[in-house]
Amino acid sequence: MAGSTLTIKDLHVAIDGKEILKGVNIEIKGGEIHAIMGPNGTGKSTLSSAIMGHPKYEVTSGSITLDGENVLEMEVDERARAGLFLAMQYPSEITGVTNADFLRSAINARRGEGNEISLMKFIREMDKKMEFLEMDLDMAQRYLNEGFSGGEKKRNEILQLMMLQPKIAILDEIDSGLDIDALKVVSKGVNEMRGENFGCLIITHYQRLLNYITPDYVHVMMQGRIVKSGGPELAQRLEAEGYEGLKKELGIEDETVGQEA
Amino acid sequence: MTTETKLPFDKEYVSSFSKEMSEPAWFAEFRMKALEQFDELPMPKPDKTKIDKWNFTQFQQHTVKSAPYSSLAELPEAIKALVETDAKNQTLYIQRNQTPAFLSVSEDLKAKGVIFTDLFTAVREHGDLLKKYYMTQAINADEHRLTALHAALVNGGAFLYVPKNVEITEPIQAVFVHDDPQANLFNHVLVVAEDNSAVPYVENYISTLEASATVANIITEVIAGTNARVQYGAVDSLEKGMTIYVNRRGVAGRDARIEWALGLMNEGNTISDNTTNLLGDGSTGDTKTVVVGRGEQTGNYTTKVVHFGRHTLGNILNHGVVKDSATLIFNGIGKIEHGASKSDAEQTSRVLMLSEKARGDANPMLLIDEDDVMAGHAASVGRVDPIQLYYLMSRGIPKTEAERLVIHGFLAPVVNELPIEHVKVQLTEVIERKVR
Ligand SMILES: Nc1ncnc2c1ncn2[C@@H]1O[C@H](COP(=O)(O)OP(=O)(O)OP(=O)(O)O)[C@@H](O)[C@H]1O
Ligand SMILES: [Mg+2]
Repeated sequence: MAGSTLTIKDLHVAIDGKEILKGVNIEIKGGEIHAIMGPNGTGKSTLSSAIMGHPKYEVTSGSITLDGENVLEMEVDERARAGLFLAMQYPSEITGVTNADFLRSAINARRGEGNEISLMKFIREMDKKMEFLEMDLDMAQRYLNEGFSGGEKKRNEILQLMMLQPKIAILDEIDSGLDIDALKVVSKGVNEMRGENFGCLIITHYQRLLNYITPDYVHVMMQGRIVKSGGPELAQRLEAEGYEGLKKELGIEDETVGQEA
Repeated sequence: MTTETKLPFDKEYVSSFSKEMSEPAWFAEFRMKALEQFDELPMPKPDKTKIDKWNFTQFQQHTVKSAPYSSLAELPEAIKALVETDAKNQTLYIQRNQTPAFLSVSEDLKAKGVIFTDLFTAVREHGDLLKKYYMTQAINADEHRLTALHAALVNGGAFLYVPKNVEITEPIQAVFVHDDPQANLFNHVLVVAEDNSAVPYVENYISTLEASATVANIITEVIAGTNARVQYGAVDSLEKGMTIYVNRRGVAGRDARIEWALGLMNEGNTISDNTTNLLGDGSTGDTKTVVVGRGEQTGNYTTKVVHFGRHTLGNILNHGVVKDSATLIFNGIGKIEHGASKSDAEQTSRVLMLSEKARGDANPMLLIDEDDVMAGHAASVGRVDPIQLYYLMSRGIPKTEAERLVIHGFLAPVVNELPIEHVKVQLTEVIERKVR
């Protein structure tokens, strides 16, 4: 069977009563890599948070489905077990819980009671993936994200991605704050996941990442909507001329979410 | 409810009890003097909790007789879980209510002159040591009404003596079992570590029943000589019918280290006082306390480090979880006396509230009477962070499991300090049961 499909239709999202997303439409299929670009404060993280079910974000209308199943009716953990994954722009730090214990809980939550992964197998898997991502093996026994540098946190998000093998992943600024070596490693991790059973939505400000992970589609977000979609060449155009050219073309003066087109 | 303060046990009773236990005259006199002082002395006054309605003094029976355990195999399951039943050469004391119920001391330790025995045997056989250290250096009988009551009525406990230069690596363990609804615990543990010695010690107070109205008045004294190191671990899980006063105090000599790891899991109302007096230059007091409060319980936990010597280091770390309509109060006190220059008093107290009705409080106090020192404190009272839960759940972990992870993580820095592995496991299980 081919991969899964995440379908988002006319999605409206509000935070504290303020509307941020104003009708987002996008479909991500297994095997596809989509990139969303866009200036600061245009709703990119809001979209990813709404998909995952962040408690602060309220979906006021529209729909999100995964293979036809209504994602909006699912709790956050159910969404994850259904196959969604979000690498967060700002991952939480959790004291006292080791990276390894956390990941094992996450894996076992998917496998269900009576079918837990053996400790040996888990350790082998984790070591292998950490080596692949050129992470210090000691990180497994450190508390989850606590005291991790910005780059280490991002790598750790990719480690989770690789361990959990979701159907559809959203990577929110996975490249921010990475030096060039770390960027290569993180890209290597994502490319390793590529395949017809894996769909991915990459949120980024930089064409640089897309040199390593070539997207199939590129979308631009402004004012809480996707205002333009295209292929990889769209990202290159933005890199060359910035957002001004596109804004002029679309007749947008202020791209932030407070404004109407 | 009126609180009766007249003691149910008089001089005649105490004197005959002392005779029955074949105590030496000095010890009997010590009891008598404390009994006389009882009436004049005030109750202790823990910060932020009014205890004038608490019953610490009225109870039916002073001692109960219980059968000893003839072997470890015979222990009830709950107690078996605390000890290593198949270990050879271990050093372990089990007391059942007031009865010394099991004792084993490794040959190696005996050969090195280590003494580990029940308190009454110690009073009879090691009178000189007891006379020197029992309620003379760490805690005095006349500090307040409850210390006097303890001195007058002490009815159980243990004595651990580590001679000069003896370094013990295998933890020594004491288990105090409470399984009689009439048993009131006036338990005293005295640990003396002579110069350059080292010892890890762990104790459990455990109830295997839910009794009616009983009283626990527990005192621990730790005397650490020059350059001695004492690691003191405790897991208290006494039942909810008990009113509990527990005072654990250490005195550190020059360059000595006293390290406490306390899991205070009682179900009954509890006043806990854990003080470390850093007398010698260069000494260290390190206290880690973890508490879970639940039900209608009120718990008041004072942790204090007093710096007398120069270059002394005090470190207090308190983590507590409180749920239902329980109240949990941490008082952290770092006190630096005049002359204790170059000393450092650090403390952190954190409370996590799991329900709307639960109340938590963390009061850091720094009392400093010397200029050339360092000090720092952090305190927080809060709830489980919904963003942390969101993060864990976004990886597929169900909400209850995510909460469990956050709570365990919150308590882990203290739990991980316990020096005996299976006691650590047991504390984890107690926590698990209590926070669920
Ligand atoms: N918790 C919140 N409370 C109020 N406003 C919020 C909250 N979170 C986001 N917003 C607002 O929603 C808008 C969109 O924010 P969002 O984080 O989605 O932007 P973004 O496109 O991801 O920006 P960036 O590129 O800077 O990450 C912004 O104006 C932001 O201030
Ligand atoms: Mg963002």
